[in-house]
Amino acid sequence: MNSGTTIAVALLLPVAAAVSCQVFGRLRHPNLRDLATSLIGVGTFAAVWQLGDDVLRGGRPELVLFEVLPGVELAFQVEPLGLLYGLVASGLWIATSIYAVGYMRGHHERNQTRFFTFFALSIFAAIGIAFARNLFTLFLFYEALTLLTFPLVTHHGTDEARRAGRVYLGILLFTSISFLLFAILFTWRLTGTVEFAPGGILAADTSSGMVTVLLLLYAFGAGKAALMPFHRWLPNAMVAPTPVSALLHAVAVVKAGVFAILKVVVYVFGLDLLRGSTGSLALMTIASFTMLMAAVVAIRQDNLKARLAYSTISQLAYIVLGAAMATATGILAGGMQIAMHAAGKITLFFCAGAILVATHRKKVSELDGLGRTMPWTFAAFFVASLSIIGIPPLGGSWAKWYLMVGALETGFAGQAAFLGVLMLSSLLAVFYLMPIVVRGFFAAPPGGDGGGPRKISEAPLLCVLPLVLTALLSLALFFAAPDLVDLLRF
Amino acid sequence: MRDQIVVLAVVLPLLAAPACVLLRHPRVTRLFSLGVVAACFAIAVALLVEVRGGNVISYQLGGWPPPLGIEYRVSVINAYLLVLVTAMALVVLSFHSSGGPHRVPERRRHLYYAVFLLCISGLLGITITGDAFNIFVFLEISSLSSYILVSLGGHRRAVMSAFYYLVMGTIGGVFFMLGVGLLYQATGTLNLRDIAARLEPSLDDRSTLLALALLVVGISIKLAVFPLHHWLPNAYSFAPPKVSAFLAATATKVSFYLLAMILFTIFGAPFVFGELQLHMVLMPLSILAMFLASGAAIFQTDLRRLLAYSSVAQIGYMTLGLSTANAVGLAGGLVHLFNHAVMKGGLFLVVACLLYRVGSVHLDALAGVGRRMPLSSAALVVGGLSLIGVPGTVGFVSKWYLVSGVLERGWTAAAVLILLSSLLALVYVGRVVEALYFRRPAADHVRPDLREAPLGMLAPTWILIAAAVVFGLTTDWTYGVAAEAAELLLQGGI
Repeated sequence: MNSGTTIAVALLLPVAAAVSCQVFGRLRHPNLRDLATSLIGVGTFAAVWQLGDDVLRGGRPELVLFEVLPGVELAFQVEPLGLLYGLVASGLWIATSIYAVGYMRGHHERNQTRFFTFFALSIFAAIGIAFARNLFTLFLFYEALTLLTFPLVTHHGTDEARRAGRVYLGILLFTSISFLLFAILFTWRLTGTVEFAPGGILAADTSSGMVTVLLLLYAFGAGKAALMPFHRWLPNAMVAPTPVSALLHAVAVVKAGVFAILKVVVYVFGLDLLRGSTGSLALMTIASFTMLMAAVVAIRQDNLKARLAYSTISQLAYIVLGAAMATATGILAGGMQIAMHAAGKITLFFCAGAILVATHRKKVSELDGLGRTMPWTFAAFFVASLSIIGIPPLGGSWAKWYLMVGALETGFAGQAAFLGVLMLSSLLAVFYLMPIVVRGFFAAPPGGDGGGPRKISEAPLLCVLPLVLTALLSLALFFAAPDLVDLLRF
Repeated sequence: MRDQIVVLAVVLPLLAAPACVLLRHPRVTRLFSLGVVAACFAIAVALLVEVRGGNVISYQLGGWPPPLGIEYRVSVINAYLLVLVTAMALVVLSFHSSGGPHRVPERRRHLYYAVFLLCISGLLGITITGDAFNIFVFLEISSLSSYILVSLGGHRRAVMSAFYYLVMGTIGGVFFMLGVGLLYQATGTLNLRDIAARLEPSLDDRSTLLALALLVVGISIKLAVFPLHHWLPNAYSFAPPKVSAFLAATATKVSFYLLAMILFTIFGAPFVFGELQLHMVLMPLSILAMFLASGAAIFQTDLRRLLAYSSVAQIGYMTLGLSTANAVGLAGGLVHLFNHAVMKGGLFLVVACLLYRVGSVHLDALAGVGRRMPLSSAALVVGGLSLIGVPGTVGFVSKWYLVSGVLERGWTAAAVLILLSSLLALVYVGRVVEALYFRRPAADHVRPDLREAPLGMLAPTWILIAAAVVFGLTTDWTYGVAAEAAELLLQGGI
């Protein structure tokens, strides 16, 4: 199978999953439906994985479909960042589709067929983003992802879901249309091309002011990266069923935003143009601000999913910070953080969902003593928390390490300040994550009433198994760091 | 014979109209007019293939050479419009339902088809002729027949809207006529290319300026350029929905062609945009249209009025493209003719589907219809996304080139405003989507028997909606043709 075909297969398998969902859903075979989705998920991951060898050897597999506008093609190309994002999205989709079966059934959700259909289509859009060869293709799938996840966010159809859906679409489309599209069109106007090219496409003599404006337009335009002040959609999206929050709003959707920023920095601006520029400093400052503010807000959230959402905002800012450094180390750290944070945060969300299914509890303050009845869940939560905070031997520590190294390579006068920001942020992460673990294991369960009419036990196996696996993945990624360094050499 | 097909495009529907009156039988007349329009469409496509790449076909009526005789002249821009009008006519005529509300009574059905054919021949005539007075004649044929079509809406207010449309349209027609008269006085000829060759417009020449003013205002009324758009929302919301679909997709587009032709071919871009600086008027008005009309659309509770106001806003995009007077922007405006025709035509056909089953397209009545009529509702969603300009739809293609053209002109602020205005479209489309999918029907509106619209209605609707996606991804026959046409206009040719 040549590599172009493999790209097509990776793109089309999620669509096939959506179709099979509809078919089996209509035939009322939920088991076959969910089995097919999971198997196709494995196939998708395998297809993306197969592209990896070629990319590691320096190849850039391509698939050009057709010309959309004169000079603008619908085309795909696999490069290291895209490969990484594609692997993360498709790999964790397997875990999520297993988890979702346990969750959706355990929680008696309605309209499951519609749910799984749009879920698969969202993955299709994510793979499209990952492999986009030019800004047009990226934008096409970026908008598609927003629209395809909308029915998932508003899945419950309640007034609350509708309001959240409004904010979700409002912010994401506002930023993408008024900033991102404008930036793309401006780039098109300046350079006459929208292709990603190694070393960037903007001319080396582009004025510093123009670079700054464009960079900020791109960074805020990729609203999925949830840079403050355009972050409100993410906590709102938590109204969705937990598998959505886990895969889409901790992995695929939000990573699409930061991935777009990384791609633009590397392949539109080029590291040489950005390094040491005003734009770089401005974006680093904005990212640092978001990182700290979101972490502080996270500490104050009592709703578990909201706390995790703010934690995501904070952790995404790490990636933006890495991109904004515009150094090889920064990009490496950003790319690593995509993978490390994905494994960690999806575990945390899986745990939150498992707790919800088992106990119907949503608040941090209600978790006292649950660790004893749900040991697997809370152990996984603990492991993933350590990874998010950045403690070895867990994957997250590498991303943080390289970010700190990168911060000291930028050459700005106050570069040490960014080091301080990173340390402070990790400290804050301890404050918003660890109390949950401590409450679970050490606080006494609310006394007297015997835990209510129903005895609480661990969540269904299909919920617990994936979260244990993703927690182990966080651990495994620590040892996979050399491969990632090898892949993300810029 | 090859040359004769040019004139056939107009003569066929013109002769078919009285034939319909003679045929009388409702089904026979329907199939007959469908056949005629299909033939016209075939001719139009053949012409477009023929003239792509710079060919021009000229036909002299009665063998009288221009400037004495009337010349029918087909270049890429005319052929583009011909295809647009005939294609939309074909789709709208094939849109068929049996029974249901808002229908012309069966014994008068043949008159409806006769008037419809007249309207088509008028629109085709405007597009194809190279003679200024002939344009006026066809303009009146198409206008008079469209007043009749609007008045068939069934509601009492349809008659009132048609009358208002008639008054405004006649004022526009008279202005146009006076403008043509002044041009005739100045040049002594009615042949468009002859006028263009002889006319030497200058800022000191009052009568030429007056001619320009009369022509521009006259056509702007027909085109519903903001603030001369007041006839449009009523006309579109009380007309039979099929008529709205047809008029929204064609009538304003042909007027746009007229405006472009007068500005670029007759007066010439160097005068209009160089000396006179018409864009200083046209550009702000276009932007106001984009914002105020979209703003008005947000507050509409009737889907038809909502779409009608959205049309006024979309016309603003077209005139904005025109006012850039550069190749990219003008091509963006021209490609939006087709793109808007496809999506708005499709959306009005969805309205027809909804009206047929639900009986009303008030947003309250549409609550919860998304589950009952999934295909119609999905068509509305896709069409709505195209109005917003989501990539992968025709709306995006238009926006891409409009913004590029505006940026090339150096109007950065206007570029930002175009993008911001598309967010207003997001709001009004969002309201419709919320009504369809999120609101539960009020207790007295629960309709357990509500079913999907019949295939005869859904198929044409989805043809247009699918076209809005297909031509959002392949643009050779839309943008490619529009770019050629823009090139031609900028050189002052037709």
